[in-house]
Amino acid sequence: MLSPIILVPAVLNGLLTGAVYALVALGLTLIYGVLHIINFAHGALLTCAMFAAFFAHRLLGLDPYLAALGLTPVFFCLGYGLQRFVIGPAAHGEDRNILLVTLGLAVVIENALLYAFRADTRTINLPYGFDVVEVGPAFLSVPRVIGFGVVIAVALALWLIMRFTDTGKAIRAVAREKLGAELSGIDVAHIYAVTFGLGTACLAIAACLLLPTYYVNPHAGNAFVLIAFTIVVLGGMGSVAGALLGGLIIGVVESLSGLYLGESLGQVGIFIIFILVLLFRPSGLFGERA
Amino acid sequence: MAELLAIEGLQAGYGATEILRGIDLAVNENEIVAVLGSNGAGKSTLNRAISGVLPPWRGTIRFEGKAIERARPSAIVAQGLIHVPEGRRIFPNMTVAENLDLGCYARARARRAENRARVFGIFPRLAERQAQSAGTLSGGEQQMLAIGRGLMAEPKLLILDEPSLGLSPKLVEELFALIQRINAQGIALLLVEQNVMQSLEVARRAYVLDNGAIVLQGSAADVRDDPDLKRAYLGM
Repeated sequence: MLSPIILVPAVLNGLLTGAVYALVALGLTLIYGVLHIINFAHGALLTCAMFAAFFAHRLLGLDPYLAALGLTPVFFCLGYGLQRFVIGPAAHGEDRNILLVTLGLAVVIENALLYAFRADTRTINLPYGFDVVEVGPAFLSVPRVIGFGVVIAVALALWLIMRFTDTGKAIRAVAREKLGAELSGIDVAHIYAVTFGLGTACLAIAACLLLPTYYVNPHAGNAFVLIAFTIVVLGGMGSVAGALLGGLIIGVVESLSGLYLGESLGQVGIFIIFILVLLFRPSGLFGERA
Repeated sequence: MAELLAIEGLQAGYGATEILRGIDLAVNENEIVAVLGSNGAGKSTLNRAISGVLPPWRGTIRFEGKAIERARPSAIVAQGLIHVPEGRRIFPNMTVAENLDLGCYARARARRAENRARVFGIFPRLAERQAQSAGTLSGGEQQMLAIGRGLMAEPKLLILDEPSLGLSPKLVEELFALIQRINAQGIALLLVEQNVMQSLEVARRAYVLDNGAIVLQGSAADVRDDPDLKRAYLGM
């Protein structure tokens, strides 16, 4: 057993990393919960958002946190348009078509990024990029502490939207009872697109939170989406609360298994959890029993 | 009496299979019209075509004079043609109050509170359970909720698809009394039912659907006394 002086910082750092994982997973689980499809373009869209944040800084000199304010609505519109005018019409109402269309989108986006920016890895330098704050025995990276706070705020905002706005109620209605929603006058194609837009907007925020401490290249998003998928399964497919809690758990698991097994094996713990969940609780923490 | 809904030569189906083979049907203002027919006669397909969920192949559907056969379901609801589907289709993950509120999503949103009070007046049971999750209601309560959700939109025409399905005889009795009360508020109803005799008691006119075509129509009394009813409906 390691001493608390090592353990506590590991857990806290895990929570901070997990929060950004949770945000990526939140977008994925939201889309799954309503459209009942896995969005294979999620990783590529995250990469897009990271490039957007990178160039907002490089070309316009915008701080990533400031850029988030602009990129979030832009990516909402991008997601809305993709679902409404590309994925929806191309799917002809069949779920497996949607799956293939999003997979195709991912291939197109990734290769377009490779063509435009090559496989180079880019980072940005911010004056506060390496700042730390001391919490008990731990030194925590300031950008990641900010990220944690933003993720909690976004999750809360999303919960309020789903709970109290007409659009949020319509999203929940469509998720569970599509025909009943249609006959209540809810435009299902619009709600699908809004949901896809919200999921994509989450990626824009995640990208802006990542950039101060992370690099970007045309495949940067993929690493997060694989983990996000594990989180969605752990939290329960379609559950917003599950994604948040699952993300934090996975962050801590990654950090602790890195501590015990060595940094290069940190992600082993995540996939052991993934297999255990599939074996013993396939519906996840907050999932509804089939 | 003004015509509210007018359907002419309606053909519709799934894939290559034609289900409705040319339907002519009308509902006038303030009228209860029954559509009767056995399982598989095409009743639900007719409802789905009227409410825009299933785009018809041919024919016209006019609501208050406006063609709606190519309109989206949400636009049809916005005009005041509300379809309470078979199997209730309530939102089980949401509270009774939220279910009702969504009935006002496309129409009558400004008068949500008044409409909710009116629905609670008709269904006091729903008022008691407004904070309860709709999925935990009994079958009869879920049917009330489905009808209540439809009433929230201030319908001009309410289509009820098999509302008595799965209800106890006593609840069926209450349901037909309720249908008359709704009609007394000036709402026209298209009642699609397998429950022939009770439907004919409350309806002014009736159509009998068999194998995708109308085989019998007329005033409720005429249809009830027609010897063809038994033959068309029961296949005797």
